[in-house]
Amino acid sequence: MKYLSQFFIILLFTLAGEALQRLLPLPIPASVYGLVLLFAALCLGVVKLGQVKQAGSFLTSLLPLLFVSPAAGVLENWGLVRGSLVPMAALVLASTVLTFGISGRVAQRWMKKEGKGRE
Amino acid sequence: MNELLALELTPVVVTLAAFQAGRLLQKKFPSPLCNPTLIGMILVIVFLLLTGMAPGTYQAAMVRLSWLMTPATICLAIPMYEQFQALKQNLGAIALGVLVGAAGSMAVILACGLVMGLPDSLILSLLPKSVTTAIGAPLSELFGGLGGVTIAAIIVTGISCNMMGPGLCRLFRITDPAAQGVAFGTAGHVIGTAKANELGELTGAVSSLSLVAAGVFTAALFPLLRLIL
Repeated sequence: MKYLSQFFIILLFTLAGEALQRLLPLPIPASVYGLVLLFAALCLGVVKLGQVKQAGSFLTSLLPLLFVSPAAGVLENWGLVRGSLVPMAALVLASTVLTFGISGRVAQRWMKKEGKGRE
Repeated sequence: MNELLALELTPVVVTLAAFQAGRLLQKKFPSPLCNPTLIGMILVIVFLLLTGMAPGTYQAAMVRLSWLMTPATICLAIPMYEQFQALKQNLGAIALGVLVGAAGSMAVILACGLVMGLPDSLILSLLPKSVTTAIGAPLSELFGGLGGVTIAAIIVTGISCNMMGPGLCRLFRITDPAAQGVAFGTAGHVIGTAKANELGELTGAVSSLSLVAAGVFTAALFPLLRLIL
């Protein structure tokens, strides 16, 4: 029954996320609203870790499986993708390298600065 | 045979089987290239082409499973909260690195995509390609991108980050374990984080916090792009 009550709490946050997405005029997915709400609830202690942990771990472990069918949706857009496959692949690889470098360098520089500040 | 194909349950069973086949393959050949989602996607496409089942029929039947996507994504808040508690002293640097990385990723794709003359729908599909599929795919679709293209790009991104990551750390001289975690999580989401976990506990923890933060920041920055495209 622990899983059931945990799943119930998670569904309440899902419902809240869906409601926010319909109420607010921002193009933000319902899942992001729900994620931020659950994170805030955990930080504020409104929801305790033990009230969502096991069912939550189970659900997140399902994510790679849940992506299979939307990924297969690429079949429907194959006509559009085929013509731009090479530039898209180049762009994906180049931007991955740059994102890696930028985020890592910025974080490293800031950590050094903070480290010095503390000394 | 045709009666069996017409059952609403068949696509669900086929998808589970395709994913399990991917997992078995990864167990046998532990390489990021043997990604279960990627293998599952290829097998499902082969199934659709062989049986002639309409993609729309397949997707409609998959709603039985795919409605779990939103609650499962929301649960990413749980590991995020756990890492947040453990990494309190580095939070400023992590947040800054993720934010600049997420913004930089989108800026590069937008600029290069426009210069290369890619159609808007493809640029929109690539913009969220560094964040986890759970956030990237719905973001892309909200703005008129193609969900399937986004997911394929996200998986390729993760795999390339996983394989090139250690080399990129040397190239960019990212030596601090926590900074390495920021890079893996921001650039390579869950698949990059798998490599970060191999490099060390701190690197893995920072990476799993960064990947969720990158998703949330990207979702927050995305509406700004509507002003440009």
